[in-house]
This record gives sequence, C-alpha cells and structure tokens, in this order.
Amino acid sequence: MSSNAQKSGFGATIWDYMTSVDHKKIAILYLMSGGLFFLIGGIEAMMIRIQLMKAGNDFLSAGTYNEVLTMHGTTMIFLAAMPLLLGFMNAIMPLQIGARDVAFPFLNSLGFWLFFFGGVFLNLSWFLGGAPDAGWTNYASLALASESHGIDFYSLGLTISGFGTLISGINFLVTIINMRAPGMTYMRMPLFTWTTFVASALILLAFPPLTIAIFFMVFDRLFGSHFFDVAAGGNTIIWEHLFWIFGHPEVYILILPAFGIFSEIFAIFSRKRLFGYTALVFATILIGFYGFMVWAHHMFTVGLGPTANAIFALATMIIAVPTGVKIFNWLLTIWGGSVSFATPMLYAVGFIPSFVAGGVTGVMQAMAPLDYQLHDSYFIVAHFHYVIVGGVVLAIFAATHLYWPKMFGTMLSEKLGKVTFWLFFIGFHLTFFIQHFLGLMGMPRRVYTFGADQGWDLFNAISSAGAIFMALGVIILLVNVIMTTVKNERVGNDPWGDGRTLEWAIPSPPPFYNFAQTPLVRGLDTYWIEKMEGNKEGMIYAEPLGDIHMPNNSFIPVVMSFGLFVASFGALYHPDDLPWTVPVIVLGLLITFGSMLLRSLKDDLGFHVHKEDLIKDREGVKTDGHQ
Amino acid sequence: MINGLKKWRLFTLMAALIFFLAGCGREEISTLIPAGGVAQDQFNLLILSSVVMLFVIIVVTIVYVLAITKFRRSKLGDEFIPEQVEGSAKLEFLWTAIPIVLIIIIAIPTVYQTFDLADTRTMDVEAEDGSMTNLTVNVIAKLYWWEFEYPEQGIVTAQELVVPTDQRVYFNVVSADVKHSFWIPSIGGKIDANPENTNTFYLTFDQESSELEDGVFYGKCAELCGPSHALMDFKVKTMNSGDFDQWVTAMQEEQPAPSEELAQTGEELFGQDGLGCIACHATSGVGEGNIMAGPNLATFGDRNRVAGILEHNEENLKAWIRDPQQYKPGNQMPDVKSLNGGQDVSEQDLDALAAYLMSLSVEQ
Repeated sequence: MSSNAQKSGFGATIWDYMTSVDHKKIAILYLMSGGLFFLIGGIEAMMIRIQLMKAGNDFLSAGTYNEVLTMHGTTMIFLAAMPLLLGFMNAIMPLQIGARDVAFPFLNSLGFWLFFFGGVFLNLSWFLGGAPDAGWTNYASLALASESHGIDFYSLGLTISGFGTLISGINFLVTIINMRAPGMTYMRMPLFTWTTFVASALILLAFPPLTIAIFFMVFDRLFGSHFFDVAAGGNTIIWEHLFWIFGHPEVYILILPAFGIFSEIFAIFSRKRLFGYTALVFATILIGFYGFMVWAHHMFTVGLGPTANAIFALATMIIAVPTGVKIFNWLLTIWGGSVSFATPMLYAVGFIPSFVAGGVTGVMQAMAPLDYQLHDSYFIVAHFHYVIVGGVVLAIFAATHLYWPKMFGTMLSEKLGKVTFWLFFIGFHLTFFIQHFLGLMGMPRRVYTFGADQGWDLFNAISSAGAIFMALGVIILLVNVIMTTVKNERVGNDPWGDGRTLEWAIPSPPPFYNFAQTPLVRGLDTYWIEKMEGNKEGMIYAEPLGDIHMPNNSFIPVVMSFGLFVASFGALYHPDDLPWTVPVIVLGLLITFGSMLLRSLKDDLGFHVHKEDLIKDREGVKTDGHQ
Repeated sequence: MINGLKKWRLFTLMAALIFFLAGCGREEISTLIPAGGVAQDQFNLLILSSVVMLFVIIVVTIVYVLAITKFRRSKLGDEFIPEQVEGSAKLEFLWTAIPIVLIIIIAIPTVYQTFDLADTRTMDVEAEDGSMTNLTVNVIAKLYWWEFEYPEQGIVTAQELVVPTDQRVYFNVVSADVKHSFWIPSIGGKIDANPENTNTFYLTFDQESSELEDGVFYGKCAELCGPSHALMDFKVKTMNSGDFDQWVTAMQEEQPAPSEELAQTGEELFGQDGLGCIACHATSGVGEGNIMAGPNLATFGDRNRVAGILEHNEENLKAWIRDPQQYKPGNQMPDVKSLNGGQDVSEQDLDALAAYLMSLSVEQ
C-alpha cells in the first residue's frame, strides 16, 4: 500500500483522495461531488417551484429565473446524475468482472478531476456576473444574444467536464473488453456491467457532437466566428441538430445504467436469476443503437418537413419495444421469486410504475402531430421528469442503499431509508403528474410566471406542494448518511444475504487491490452458484496467491485539470479586451501540457503488494462474511 | 347527521367536478377544448394514444400487482429458494409482438396526420377573380411581441391576430431576432419562428371568439427567448367571413382623426414633433410587415390587453408607457424619459397619450 495512505489525519486523507488512482476512492469522490451538485440542483429546483407556486409571484426576477432553470437542468444532467452513475460504475463494475482496477487508473483520476473542475467553473458563474440563461439546451440564437458571461461559463465548463466524461467512457470500455476474470464471458456479465458497457459506448459516440457544437459556440462568442450567426450566413438549426445528436443518447447514457442497477436489485431481492437475461442484454444494446436515430423528435416543430418528422416519429416509437421487453422481464423476475422489500427493492418496485408512465407519454410525444401540441409545454416537463427522476434518480437512491455497505462497510438505516423512499416517491408523483395536465391546458415550459387569468393556479400550487415532500426525503437521506457514518457498524462480504455477483464475494469495503486472487467465473451469477454449491471459501480462484502489481498514486491529474480551469478564465474574459487574458490562457495551457509532458517522460513503474502482506491481510479479514 | 353526510357528499361531488373542469383548463387556451380543426385532429390523436397506453398500463399493472403481492418473502418463509428460471422464448415473443401491433395502430394515423398537417398545396390557389381562395398571414415574432401581416390585403396589425372562421388560414412564420415559437393551444399545435427560414403551416378556426368569456383566444410563445418569454402573449379574434371582410376594409381605410381635444393633444405628442413614438409605431393599418421597430397600433383601442398581458385600461397603458421594463423586462421599447429630453413625462401628457391610443380603432 502506498505509504501516504498509512498516515492518519485529515490532511493526509485529503491528499490521499486527491492523488488516488484507486477506482473505489475515485468512486467516492464522484459520489461526494455528484451529491453536492445534486443538492445545488435541488435547491435550484425548489426555487423554481417557489416562484411558480402562485400566479404572478415575484420571488425571482425574470432574468434570474432563466438562470436558475438553466443551471438546474445543466447541473442535474451533467454534474449530478452522470457523475453519480459514473461513481457507481467505478465502485462496482471492476468488482463485478473480477478486475484489479480499471484499465487506466491514471485516466480514471484525470476523468474525475476534469469533471470536477468543469463543474466548479460552471457554478462559479453565480458569483462572477451571472449564470447561463439560455436553458440547458442553450439554443444558439438566444445564447449568442445573451449579454453576460453566463453562456461562456456554460460552454467552457462543459467542454472541460465533457473531456472527463469521454475519458471515463473510453476507460470503462477498455476495462470491460480486456479485464474480465477468466470464465467471465460477455454473456455471463452482470446486467450492471452490460449497461455500463453500452452506456460507455454511447458516451464515446455521443460526446464528440456536443464537443463540436460547444466549440463552435465558444468560437462564435469569444473569437468572433459566425457558425451560428444568421446575419453573417450562419445557421442556428445546426446547433439544435448537434445538441440533440448528443442529447438523446445522453438520456440513454443516464437511463441504461439505471436499468442495470434495477436489474441487479430485482434479482437479489427476489432471490432469483434475472428472467430472460439474454433478452435484457439485447434490449440494452438495441436501445443504445436506436438512441442515435431519434434525435429529431426533439425538433418536430422546427419545420423539418413531414418526411423527416414521420421517419423520426416511427423510429422513436420502435424504442418502446425493447423498453417494454425489459419491463416484462423484470416483472417475471419477481414472479415466482421470494421478494424481500428492503429499501433498494422498494425503489425498484416504485420505479416500474413511474417509468411506465414516463414511457407511455414518451410514445405519445413520438406521434409528431400530437407533439406539435405537447412540445415545449409542461407536458414534456412532466414526461422527462418521469423518466429521469422516476428512472435515474430512483436508481441512484436505490444504488446508494444497495452499494453503501460495499463502498463504506456499513449499512444505511433501513428505517430512515424507507421514510426517504415514501416521502420522495409521493412527492415526486404529486409534483410531476399534474404537470401533464398543465401542459395540456396550454402552459408553456420555461415561463418565469403566469397570469391568474390562465387557469393554472391550482395545479401549480399542488405541484409546488409535492416538491416539499421530495426535499424532505432528500434531507432525511442526508441524516441517514450522517447517522450511519457516526454509528459505523461494520458488515461482511454479503450484507444483503442474497448477493449473486462477484462484488458480494469480497470484503466490504474491498482491500485496495480488490481480489487477492483473481476468481474463476463458472456462470452467470457466479457467487450465487458457489453459495448454492456450499463453497465455504466463497469463490474458486483462477490463480495461486502471488505478488500483485499496483499503480502509484499521482497528483498530476489534479494539476492537469487545474491548468484547463485556469486557461478557461483567460478565454472567458478575452472578449472584454483585458490585457491579462492571453497570458492566463497561455499559463493555463502550459500547466496542462507541462504536466502531460511530465507524465510522459517520468517513468512510473508502480509497486508490488507482496504475497506475505496478502496473507496477513487475509488473516485480518475472515472471508465468511463477518469481521 | 344524515343531512350533514349528504352535504358532505355534495361537497365532495362538487369538489370533484370543479377539479375535473379545472383539469380541462380555460377554453381560451386549453388543448383539451379544441376550437379548430387542427387542434381537433391532435386531440383525437391524444385520445387514441391514451386509450392504447391505458391498455398497456392495465396489463402491466395486473402483472405487477400480482407479482409483488403473491411472492412476498414474508409469506414464503425466509429459507425458501425459488427455482432459478432462465426465461421463456414464448413470452419474449409475446411481449415483443404485441407492442409492435400497438405501435402500428398509432403509427398509421401519425404518419397520415403528419403529412396532412403539412399539406400546403391549396395555399396559392387563386379564385376566378384572381384573389386567393385562402387567407395567408405572415407572422413575424419579435422580442416580446408579434406582428401579423396580411400581404394580399396590404394590411398589418400586431398583438391581436384577426382571422375568419370556417376557412383555412395559412401562416408564414419567421423570427426577426432570436428563436420563438408560435402557439395557439386551443386552435392547433405550434410551429417554431426561426431566424433563418420561414415555416409555413395552416390552422382552421371553428369558433367565433366573441362566444368566449374573454372574447379572444390566447396565443403563446413556446420557445425560451429571454427574460420576458413568459410574457410574449398574443390574442386571437375569430369572426365570420362577413365580419372579417368588414374588418379588412376598415383597416384599409384611413381612420378619421380623433375628435376629442385630449386625444388630439395626444396625437401631437405621439407624432414627430412630440415624443416621436410614431418613429416605431405606425397608426395606420395599411402597410407591410417587418419594417417598423414597434407594434402597429391601428387597432389599439380594440385590443383586449395592454402589451399582451395587462388589463386593457388607461391606467395600465400609462403605467406601461412610464416604465415598460417593469412589466416586460428586456423589451426593446425605449425609456420614455429619453424621448422627452431626459425629463419625466407629465401626468397630463400621459393622459393625452392614453386618450389618443384608446381612440385608435377600426371596429366601431
């Protein structure tokens, strides 16, 4: 083990996390920073609901409201939902395939720090002249017309954090392709690993269009190019295309890992093998594949013409088929099982009706002529909150409860967990169900106020009341986390008792080198197979105990990301004709490229964990599940 | 006691009824109370898809409720290990095939309607006398108001669209600045006002707006366009062809100068030698679109709202002129002080302006 981590004390712990290349520690970093951004995005959501609680409210001014709604969307998608899911992928996926770490531990750390600095940069806009105000979709004509630096914070911040996400996606792809334990064929991979795999492929293919769009935006706003400037021959529709060619797969980047998490939960808490595993895998791949062919359904009213609208309408409807297949396979997994309603299972069971509701409204919006009415109304706000909150956020909460013991070695309180679930679940439906009707009653989205003469007062008041329940649920979850951490009752390998996959065959939290010996995988749900056959040792191993080669910690990823953070400030203020902007850009890029050079030139051979130490470790930790 | 119970029942019934009616919204703006052919077609699609989706929801609900009630561990005992079923090809086929059938059911009307609603072939059809058989209106969206040009009739109006019932009305929609979206919920779905191209579509208006409580349908901007996006409202007056023709003729004629003395003072203030409002706001309905920087005011006295949002009275009009930024943040109207040599406009002047503007009317 690296000597730094042996030191105790707060500063040493911070240093350890800042330099760590261990996928489990990076997962915790993702979880903490994603959680922080989730709270910020949540506060922004509450401000929106306070403003709309009654007609003609003046809690927020018109301009501020637009900033809040933009930052709510951007923060929740890019800085909360995605990092939180990346956190669980980092924590669990390498364990599920029996790997020692991800393929590129250094890049893993770099990916996190890029995301982190990008997110911090974006949120600094609140204190430096105003946040972006053109919506999370940042449509080009409005974005170019926006006067403050908010849009530049958006484009530069997302460029940096986008690099981080892209790097993570590539890293996970390589990890899953190359680092599966012996016997772990593709069709024996747990569903969460499969969805991580497909979501990573989507990241690889979907983020470049966004990067291009944002680059154009940066150049238009900061360096006077005319990609989107209609007066100079530019075109703003191309932004919409590029954004949604990214944006639609992005939705699947979020929802597929959520499907993966729920697949694990249904199997564990029904004590039963996933029904139709093969169908679930192929449905995942199909959803990912179709995800790239439907982007124009976000643009039915743009005026693309009936042919394009009809084709994209049909393509969109087809996605309902693999999604339906998934729902029914999950239901049949429960069917004939032995269902225990622990907190993660409550979330999974709550997810099915919520997601079905979000799915059917999705199909309704796929009908292009009907969508002319629904588009950009509160109906769509209701729809995407049903799939993203009802799908992704419920999955994140479920995974928090499910994997907390694996990540931290102690169980979140079941009692408080259930309270959180009920508050959040009731609040969620109360807030968003009624918004379908607001949309049908003619209320456009992204309005900072509405008149008392529009007939929307009552439903908006109900919607705002629901938001309070959601906020209470989240507060109780925080209390739960703090109480659990203080109590710190340690648990063994398989705290839920019915773990099926490899991550439950290893101590909680796992040692930094994961499996002392790489396990041999004998089928789907390999740990379950060993348990059922009465294997006292937990697993069969594919190799004798020997020295383990591990990577060294490194501070370079932080410095590399920090350089881009610095350069961004130079770029941001460049149009203001300030003398220091170019030197700051150069300085920032020097920091980044200098640290890249250092990384390339310096030999970093890593270190070995010796066999004797592994034996000592093993004696300290009994493998039968209790410490 | 029984009486009390009855009252309570009546109360819940009333509450449910109010809730249900509220659930449909106001007839001036709700898509659930269609008042035009396009909105009716779209409403029918909504009902069709809701029925199909309700079927899906019912099937899922039955399986779901049975699954989570029949197989609880508390019933089966802690030690029970279920059979590890791998799957069923028959079932997989079933729940792939049935959704495909359902999708075909909704796909056919979707494709048909998509092409039908985009069918603009009759737009340029001329009648025997050389006039167009259908009305065409050019819609120009501007930061935060709407201009309506009737090219064949040679007239322009703003903020209140006036259209005949019982015929197709074609719209050429374009934006003069950032992207907007043109939406009259109870008449039909929206189409975007893009800065780079003109979008064409049609709507039909089946109900005369004078039958409505507020006398107009409500139109909205549906695309985020800046701080006052929420306030970028317009109104729609629908009338029978006879009344519409009369309105057009009135618009084309020169209106008599105001007779009241106060209004005459207002006209002077409005003009070149006064505050110069006329530099941006035309007061004659004759003209072309997208030329003046501000809304045409020829029909101001006939309007339903001041600036599209405030109740239509002189008080609000004066308040608006005094400080437009307070009511529509970010709008392009100059501060009236800057037009008055840096001085506040006196109350008398505002009264005069208001009297003049309220006298602008073509409907009397």
